[in-house]
Amino acid sequence: MAASGKSGNVIANYLPVYFVLLAIAGIEFFLAYQNFSTVGLVGMLLFLAICSAALGLLYFMHLAHEKRSLFFSLIPATIFVLLMMNMIWSDSIRLLHMRPFAH
Amino acid sequence: MSESEMAMHGHGGALMEESPYSIPSRKLTMWLFIISDAVTFGAILFAYGYLRVATPDWQTPFKFASIINVAIMTFVLITSSLTMLGAVDASKAGDKPKAFRFLASTMVLGLIFAGLHIREWFGLFDAGIKLSSGLFGQTFFSITGLHLLHVVTGVVALAVVARKYSSGSLTPGHVETIGLYWHFVDLVWMFVVPLVYLTNIAR
Repeated sequence: MAASGKSGNVIANYLPVYFVLLAIAGIEFFLAYQNFSTVGLVGMLLFLAICSAALGLLYFMHLAHEKRSLFFSLIPATIFVLLMMNMIWSDSIRLLHMRPFAH
Repeated sequence: MSESEMAMHGHGGALMEESPYSIPSRKLTMWLFIISDAVTFGAILFAYGYLRVATPDWQTPFKFASIINVAIMTFVLITSSLTMLGAVDASKAGDKPKAFRFLASTMVLGLIFAGLHIREWFGLFDAGIKLSSGLFGQTFFSITGLHLLHVVTGVVALAVVARKYSSGSLTPGHVETIGLYWHFVDLVWMFVVPLVYLTNIAR
Protein backbone atom coordinates (compact mmCIF):
# COMPACT_ATOMS: atom_id res chain seq x y z
CA MET A 1 0.00 0.00 0.00
CA ALA A 2 2.21 2.73 -1.18
CA ALA A 3 1.20 6.30 -0.62
CA SER A 4 0.08 7.75 -3.90
CA GLY A 5 0.12 11.35 -2.71
CA LYS A 6 -3.30 11.99 -4.19
CA SER A 7 -5.03 12.32 -0.83
CA GLY A 8 -4.31 16.03 -0.55
CA ASN A 9 -6.92 16.98 -3.12
CA VAL A 10 -9.97 15.34 -1.60
CA ILE A 11 -10.91 18.16 0.76
CA ALA A 12 -10.72 20.65 -2.12
CA ASN A 13 -12.88 18.38 -4.29
CA TYR A 14 -15.64 18.27 -1.70
CA LEU A 15 -15.45 21.93 -0.63
CA PRO A 16 -18.26 23.04 -3.01
CA VAL A 17 -20.64 20.45 -1.52
CA TYR A 18 -19.49 21.44 1.98
CA PHE A 19 -20.22 25.12 1.35
CA VAL A 20 -23.61 24.33 -0.23
CA LEU A 21 -24.53 22.31 2.88
CA LEU A 22 -23.47 25.21 5.11
CA ALA A 23 -25.45 27.63 2.92
CA ILE A 24 -28.59 25.46 3.15
CA ALA A 25 -28.17 25.33 6.93
CA GLY A 26 -27.82 29.13 6.94
CA ILE A 27 -31.02 29.52 4.89
CA GLU A 28 -32.84 27.23 7.34
CA PHE A 29 -31.76 29.40 10.29
CA PHE A 30 -32.81 32.54 8.39
CA LEU A 31 -36.25 31.11 7.51
CA ALA A 32 -36.81 30.07 11.12
CA TYR A 33 -36.83 33.75 12.13
CA GLN A 34 -39.38 34.77 9.49
CA ASN A 35 -43.09 34.86 10.25
CA PHE A 36 -44.39 31.71 8.59
CA SER A 37 -47.13 29.44 9.85
CA THR A 38 -45.86 26.33 11.67
CA VAL A 39 -47.01 23.99 8.89
CA GLY A 40 -45.48 26.21 6.18
CA LEU A 41 -42.19 26.53 8.06
CA VAL A 42 -41.99 22.76 8.68
CA GLY A 43 -42.66 22.14 4.97
CA MET A 44 -39.92 24.53 3.81
CA LEU A 45 -37.39 23.29 6.36
CA LEU A 46 -38.11 19.67 5.48
CA PHE A 47 -37.61 20.40 1.78
CA LEU A 48 -34.22 21.99 2.52
CA ALA A 49 -33.29 19.12 4.84
CA ILE A 50 -34.10 16.61 2.08
CA CYS A 51 -31.89 18.60 -0.34
CA SER A 52 -29.03 18.53 2.22
CA ALA A 53 -29.50 14.82 2.83
CA ALA A 54 -29.50 14.09 -0.91
CA LEU A 55 -26.22 16.00 -1.33
CA GLY A 56 -24.70 14.16 1.62
CA LEU A 57 -25.84 10.78 0.33
CA LEU A 58 -24.67 11.36 -3.23
CA TYR A 59 -21.29 13.01 -2.59
CA PHE A 60 -20.18 12.49 1.03
CA MET A 61 -21.39 8.87 1.11
CA HIS A 62 -20.32 8.41 -2.52
CA LEU A 63 -23.64 6.94 -3.62
CA ALA A 64 -23.34 8.89 -6.90
CA HIS A 65 -20.14 6.98 -7.72
CA GLU A 66 -21.10 3.56 -6.35
CA LYS A 67 -21.74 0.51 -8.50
CA ARG A 68 -25.28 0.05 -9.75
CA SER A 69 -25.34 -3.30 -7.96
CA LEU A 70 -25.30 -1.48 -4.62
CA PHE A 71 -28.45 0.40 -5.59
CA PHE A 72 -30.11 -2.80 -6.76
CA SER A 73 -29.17 -4.53 -3.50
CA LEU A 74 -30.43 -1.70 -1.31
CA ILE A 75 -33.71 -0.96 -3.08
CA PRO A 76 -35.46 -4.26 -2.09
CA ALA A 77 -34.23 -3.85 1.51
CA THR A 78 -35.57 -0.29 1.62
CA ILE A 79 -38.93 -1.31 0.16
CA PHE A 80 -39.19 -4.18 2.66
CA VAL A 81 -38.48 -1.90 5.62
CA LEU A 82 -40.95 0.72 4.34
CA LEU A 83 -43.62 -1.94 3.87
CA MET A 84 -43.04 -3.08 7.43
CA MET A 85 -43.40 0.53 8.56
CA ASN A 86 -46.66 0.69 6.62
CA MET A 87 -48.09 -1.52 9.35
CA ILE A 88 -47.58 1.44 11.71
CA TRP A 89 -48.87 4.17 9.37
CA SER A 90 -52.44 2.91 9.61
CA ASP A 91 -52.34 3.51 13.37
CA SER A 92 -50.90 6.99 12.81
CA ILE A 93 -53.71 7.91 10.42
CA ARG A 94 -56.26 6.58 12.90
CA LEU A 95 -54.68 8.77 15.58
CA LEU A 96 -55.09 11.84 13.35
CA HIS A 97 -58.81 11.58 14.04
CA MET A 98 -58.21 10.51 17.66
CA ARG A 99 -60.38 7.47 17.24
CA PRO A 100 -60.26 4.92 20.03
CA PHE A 101 -58.69 1.51 19.57
CA ALA A 102 -60.89 -0.97 17.73
CA HIS A 103 -62.36 -3.69 19.93
CA MET B 1 -5.38 -0.22 -1.54
CA SER B 2 -9.12 -0.66 -1.79
CA GLU B 3 -10.91 -3.83 -0.84
CA SER B 4 -11.58 -4.70 -4.45
CA GLU B 5 -7.90 -4.15 -5.30
CA MET B 6 -6.93 -6.45 -2.45
CA ALA B 7 -9.27 -9.05 -3.89
CA MET B 8 -7.49 -8.67 -7.21
CA HIS B 9 -3.94 -8.87 -5.90
CA GLY B 10 -4.15 -10.45 -2.48
CA HIS B 11 -4.80 -14.10 -3.26
CA GLY B 12 -1.48 -15.76 -3.86
CA GLY B 13 -0.43 -13.05 -6.25
CA ALA B 14 -2.86 -14.27 -8.91
CA LEU B 15 -4.50 -11.49 -10.85
CA MET B 16 -8.26 -11.69 -10.42
CA GLU B 17 -10.63 -9.55 -12.39
CA GLU B 18 -12.95 -7.56 -10.16
CA SER B 19 -16.57 -8.56 -10.51
CA PRO B 20 -18.67 -5.64 -11.76
CA TYR B 21 -21.42 -6.71 -9.34
CA SER B 22 -19.40 -7.34 -6.19
CA ILE B 23 -20.03 -5.19 -3.15
CA PRO B 24 -17.81 -5.66 -0.10
CA SER B 25 -19.99 -7.39 2.50
CA ARG B 26 -18.87 -4.93 5.17
CA LYS B 27 -20.09 -1.97 3.13
CA LEU B 28 -23.38 -3.66 2.23
CA THR B 29 -23.98 -4.49 5.90
CA MET B 30 -23.35 -0.88 6.89
CA TRP B 31 -25.79 0.33 4.21
CA LEU B 32 -28.46 -2.09 5.46
CA PHE B 33 -27.87 -0.85 9.02
CA ILE B 34 -28.13 2.75 7.79
CA ILE B 35 -31.47 1.99 6.09
CA SER B 36 -32.92 0.45 9.25
CA ASP B 37 -31.53 3.25 11.44
CA ALA B 38 -32.84 5.89 9.02
CA VAL B 39 -36.29 4.38 9.28
CA THR B 40 -36.02 4.40 13.08
CA PHE B 41 -35.19 8.10 13.07
CA GLY B 42 -37.81 8.67 10.37
CA ALA B 43 -40.53 7.10 12.50
CA ILE B 44 -39.51 9.07 15.59
CA LEU B 45 -39.31 12.36 13.68
CA PHE B 46 -42.64 11.65 11.98
CA ALA B 47 -44.26 11.08 15.38
CA TYR B 48 -42.60 14.25 16.68
CA GLY B 49 -43.78 16.26 13.66
CA TYR B 50 -47.34 15.08 14.15
CA LEU B 51 -47.31 15.98 17.85
CA ARG B 52 -45.67 19.34 17.13
CA VAL B 53 -48.23 20.43 14.54
CA ALA B 54 -51.24 18.97 16.37
CA THR B 55 -50.47 20.47 19.79
CA PRO B 56 -51.55 24.12 20.07
CA ASP B 57 -49.71 24.95 23.33
CA TRP B 58 -46.34 23.44 22.38
CA GLN B 59 -43.35 24.79 24.30
CA THR B 60 -40.94 27.02 22.33
CA PRO B 61 -38.00 27.40 24.70
CA PHE B 62 -35.07 28.10 22.34
CA LYS B 63 -33.73 31.64 22.71
CA PHE B 64 -31.22 33.25 20.36
CA ALA B 65 -28.23 31.97 22.38
CA SER B 66 -29.49 28.39 22.02
CA ILE B 67 -29.96 28.80 18.28
CA ILE B 68 -26.40 30.15 17.96
CA ASN B 69 -25.21 27.10 19.91
CA VAL B 70 -27.12 24.82 17.51
CA ALA B 71 -25.67 26.68 14.51
CA ILE B 72 -22.16 26.06 15.85
CA MET B 73 -23.02 22.38 16.45
CA THR B 74 -24.26 22.11 12.84
CA PHE B 75 -21.07 23.73 11.52
CA VAL B 76 -18.92 21.39 13.63
CA LEU B 77 -20.76 18.25 12.47
CA ILE B 78 -20.72 19.19 8.75
CA THR B 79 -17.00 20.00 9.08
CA SER B 80 -16.41 16.61 10.72
CA SER B 81 -17.91 14.97 7.61
CA LEU B 82 -15.32 16.82 5.53
CA THR B 83 -12.44 15.59 7.72
CA MET B 84 -13.92 12.08 7.52
CA LEU B 85 -13.77 12.29 3.73
CA GLY B 86 -10.11 13.25 4.09
CA ALA B 87 -9.51 10.18 6.28
CA VAL B 88 -11.17 7.83 3.80
CA ASP B 89 -9.24 9.27 0.89
CA ALA B 90 -5.90 9.25 2.74
CA SER B 91 -6.43 5.63 3.80
CA LYS B 92 -7.25 4.60 0.22
CA ALA B 93 -4.03 6.32 -0.87
CA GLY B 94 -2.14 4.35 1.80
CA ASP B 95 -1.13 7.47 3.71
CA LYS B 96 -1.59 6.14 7.25
CA PRO B 97 -0.30 9.15 9.23
CA LYS B 98 -2.54 11.51 7.27
CA ALA B 99 -5.54 9.19 7.63
CA PHE B 100 -4.91 9.02 11.39
CA ARG B 101 -4.73 12.82 11.64
CA PHE B 102 -8.02 13.18 9.77
CA LEU B 103 -9.66 10.50 11.93
CA ALA B 104 -8.37 12.24 15.07
CA SER B 105 -9.75 15.58 13.78
CA THR B 106 -13.13 13.93 13.19
CA MET B 107 -13.11 12.53 16.72
CA VAL B 108 -12.23 15.92 18.22
CA LEU B 109 -15.05 17.57 16.25
CA GLY B 110 -17.42 14.83 17.40
CA LEU B 111 -16.43 15.44 21.01
CA ILE B 112 -16.90 19.21 20.60
CA PHE B 113 -20.36 18.51 19.18
CA ALA B 114 -21.21 16.25 22.15
CA GLY B 115 -19.93 18.90 24.59
CA LEU B 116 -22.05 21.62 23.00
CA HIS B 117 -25.01 19.25 22.99
CA ILE B 118 -24.68 18.56 26.71
CA ARG B 119 -24.28 22.28 27.40
CA GLU B 120 -27.57 22.83 25.56
CA TRP B 121 -29.23 20.16 27.68
CA PHE B 122 -28.02 21.73 30.93
CA GLY B 123 -29.39 25.08 29.74
CA LEU B 124 -32.80 23.44 29.35
CA PHE B 125 -32.51 21.74 32.76
CA ASP B 126 -31.91 25.20 34.27
CA ALA B 127 -35.06 26.44 32.48
CA GLY B 128 -37.02 23.63 34.14
CA ILE B 129 -37.37 21.42 31.06
CA LYS B 130 -36.61 17.79 31.76
CA LEU B 131 -37.43 14.39 30.29
CA SER B 132 -40.37 14.20 32.67
CA SER B 133 -41.79 17.63 31.87
CA GLY B 134 -44.48 16.95 29.30
CA LEU B 135 -44.57 16.11 25.61
CA PHE B 136 -41.89 18.59 24.58
CA GLY B 137 -39.34 17.33 27.11
CA GLN B 138 -40.04 13.70 26.29
CA THR B 139 -39.78 14.09 22.52
CA PHE B 140 -36.86 16.54 22.61
CA PHE B 141 -34.65 14.49 24.92
CA SER B 142 -35.62 11.22 23.19
CA ILE B 143 -34.69 12.44 19.71
CA THR B 144 -31.57 14.41 20.62
CA GLY B 145 -30.53 11.73 23.12
CA LEU B 146 -30.73 9.03 20.45
CA HIS B 147 -28.71 11.20 18.09
CA LEU B 148 -26.13 12.00 20.78
CA LEU B 149 -25.84 8.27 21.48
CA HIS B 150 -25.03 7.75 17.80
CA VAL B 151 -22.39 10.51 17.91
CA VAL B 152 -20.71 9.10 21.04
CA THR B 153 -20.81 5.58 19.59
CA GLY B 154 -19.29 6.96 16.38
CA VAL B 155 -16.45 8.67 18.27
CA VAL B 156 -15.65 5.41 20.13
CA ALA B 157 -15.79 3.45 16.85
CA LEU B 158 -13.55 6.04 15.16
CA ALA B 159 -11.01 5.71 17.99
CA VAL B 160 -10.95 1.92 17.64
CA VAL B 161 -10.67 2.07 13.83
CA ALA B 162 -7.97 4.78 13.95
CA ARG B 163 -5.86 2.79 16.40
CA LYS B 164 -6.23 -0.53 14.61
CA TYR B 165 -5.82 0.96 11.14
CA SER B 166 -2.59 2.63 12.25
CA SER B 167 -1.30 -0.64 13.67
CA GLY B 168 -2.12 -2.41 10.41
CA SER B 169 -4.83 -4.76 11.65
CA LEU B 170 -7.62 -2.95 9.78
CA THR B 171 -7.86 -2.02 6.10
CA PRO B 172 -8.96 1.16 4.27
CA GLY B 173 -12.28 -0.63 3.76
CA HIS B 174 -12.89 -0.39 7.51
CA VAL B 175 -12.17 3.35 7.44
CA GLU B 176 -14.62 3.76 4.55
CA THR B 177 -17.29 1.80 6.43
CA ILE B 178 -17.02 3.86 9.62
CA GLY B 179 -17.04 6.91 7.34
CA LEU B 180 -20.45 5.89 5.99
CA TYR B 181 -21.76 5.68 9.55
CA TRP B 182 -20.33 9.09 10.45
CA HIS B 183 -21.87 10.75 7.39
CA PHE B 184 -25.20 9.16 8.27
CA VAL B 185 -25.04 10.69 11.76
CA ASP B 186 -24.44 14.03 10.05
CA LEU B 187 -27.44 13.51 7.73
CA VAL B 188 -29.75 12.73 10.65
CA TRP B 189 -28.73 16.00 12.31
CA MET B 190 -29.84 17.87 9.17
CA PHE B 191 -33.39 16.71 9.94
CA VAL B 192 -33.19 17.09 13.73
CA VAL B 193 -32.15 20.77 13.59
CA PRO B 194 -35.09 22.11 11.54
CA LEU B 195 -37.74 19.92 13.14
CA VAL B 196 -36.69 19.97 16.77
CA TYR B 197 -34.90 23.31 17.17
CA LEU B 198 -35.93 25.74 14.42
CA THR B 199 -39.67 25.21 14.82
CA ASN B 200 -39.43 25.88 18.57
CA ILE B 201 -37.79 29.31 18.70
CA ALA B 202 -38.95 31.58 21.53
CA ARG B 203 -40.61 34.70 20.04
